[in-house]
Amino acid sequence: MNRYETLLLDTASRDERLVVITAENRGHMRTVPPMLGDRFIDVGIAEQTMIGMAAGMAVRGRVVVTHALAAFLTMRAFEFIRDDVAIANAPVIMVGMVPGVLSDGNGPTHQAIEDVSIMRGLPNMGVFCPCDESEFIDGMRVLLESRRPWYVRYINTPDLAISRVAFEPGVATVVRGESLHRPNVTILTYGFLTRQCIEAAEELGRDDVQVRVVNMRTLKPADEKAILHAAGTSELVVTVEDHLLTGGLASIVAETLMAHGKGAHVLTIGFPTWFTPGRLDEVLANEHISSAAIAHRIRQRLADIVHVPAAPPSSTHEVTHA
Amino acid sequence: MTLEERNALEQAALRVRQHIVRMSTNGGCFIGASLSCADVLVYLYWRFLNISPLTVNAEDRDVLLLSKGHDVPALYGVLAERGFISKDRLKNHLSVDDHIYWHPNRAVSGVEFHSGSLGHLLSVGMGMALDARMKGLPTRVVVILGDGELNEGSVWEACLVASALSIDNLVAIVDRNHFQANIRTEELVPLEPLAEKFRAFGWDAMYVNGHDMESLDECFGALQLNTGRPTVVIADTRRGKGLPSIEERADRWFCNFSPEEADALLDELSGNSRATLTSETLIVR
Repeated sequence: MNRYETLLLDTASRDERLVVITAENRGHMRTVPPMLGDRFIDVGIAEQTMIGMAAGMAVRGRVVVTHALAAFLTMRAFEFIRDDVAIANAPVIMVGMVPGVLSDGNGPTHQAIEDVSIMRGLPNMGVFCPCDESEFIDGMRVLLESRRPWYVRYINTPDLAISRVAFEPGVATVVRGESLHRPNVTILTYGFLTRQCIEAAEELGRDDVQVRVVNMRTLKPADEKAILHAAGTSELVVTVEDHLLTGGLASIVAETLMAHGKGAHVLTIGFPTWFTPGRLDEVLANEHISSAAIAHRIRQRLADIVHVPAAPPSSTHEVTHA
Repeated sequence: MTLEERNALEQAALRVRQHIVRMSTNGGCFIGASLSCADVLVYLYWRFLNISPLTVNAEDRDVLLLSKGHDVPALYGVLAERGFISKDRLKNHLSVDDHIYWHPNRAVSGVEFHSGSLGHLLSVGMGMALDARMKGLPTRVVVILGDGELNEGSVWEACLVASALSIDNLVAIVDRNHFQANIRTEELVPLEPLAEKFRAFGWDAMYVNGHDMESLDECFGALQLNTGRPTVVIADTRRGKGLPSIEERADRWFCNFSPEEADALLDELSGNSRATLTSETLIVR
């Protein structure tokens, strides 16, 4: 039994409100159906019906976890999510499988790389993108009690060697370089690529480039303080995400800086369009989002900043070489 | 059903239609579809559904959902006549100070779920029906579908799943008024044979005259639930029913009448001569 299954079954045994619905996506919860009985529902390949049903249950007091492929969950059923879950502000926790780069060899139809953008665009909706299995489980425990709708990028990758802070929506955590006073670079990231960012930071550290890595955890609410702190203390802010450059973390950072009248040098790493499918490690290299590629792109951008004389430090952004 | 009971229902339906006509001025409403389902809603709220203003939050209440939400003036008329909301409140139609507008809002007492986009509430109703079944409640969930709404694939997806999950405390009612927004259904995307379609999806299906209280009473009196299958009732109706001057006219879907026209239509409802209408219909689609 995996930790997701344990979480669902533990929660169900304590909380009779919990119902789990899937659109025939049982791969990560094979032990759940027989143990949950009628509180597990498989609607078949019918994401719209799944979401409508979940909303109907949720407004009658249930807490519903819906589980389906991230691309079909968020896009086939989008209007049902908008109309029936978000407008109703119903406690439906929508867990999307193989989001972002994790759809590896499936091809563009299966790539949920606009999911954060479209889900965070909905009033009432929260967006949680955990970096490893432990963060997923810790966050889900909180979301299941939150009485509001959430979209969650599923992840079951091995735990990162990071210090953990109790999950709280809208609170990012520093997963590398916490002790750095004024790092040269702050990487803001979330989800699967957090590991690549930590490794890239280690590599850059060996070249005396000081890098802090911040794991956003929730993209909505997003931790604005963490973004402003990054902009105010680093020469370069880098966003890294397995998501389109439109509407995800890159946009969140831009929106936040604009709203607060702040400026910063920002390098945005993400997908300009659907990525070329293949084995995961090859996709990371091909899309220049492997740890080595991230480190390389940061080095290049730092060199550009240093060699641009017309970019004096603004009053709100002090460039300091550590 | 006694003659007296039948008369009472028909009088209630007349009052609901009067409310609908009053909402068709000063901004207007989707009058045609509201008039076609008025008798069905009156029958359900007076004779079938286990719900009242006193039990509006009771867990075991029956649930009615308007999946074709643009007929909500009929529901608001019913809710006002049954005391869920005050009749005075209907004057707030289209005021930003209230929640009464062209589609349902569940902030209004008696409205179980909002709608507007077609093809949603059959699945929402299925979730409610399953919730009740899990809790062992006698709740029945009734979902009003438009016939034009049956163009939406999500309705048929939900039909497949309702049958697969044996949701048998669920009744869909198709307001078969034979029109969609601008045109007769059979001239655009033909639906017939409709009952056979539902039966092929594993549903029990029956027809009823949706304007005849006696027929409605026979149909719903004989309704067998808990059979392992969901049920659809296809209510044969006329768009604009009760107002011969707009009945079955393709150009009378959404109307915003002048106060004088509305007064003339109220007269027409009472059996007087036809109103002379000059206001043009609003083409929304």
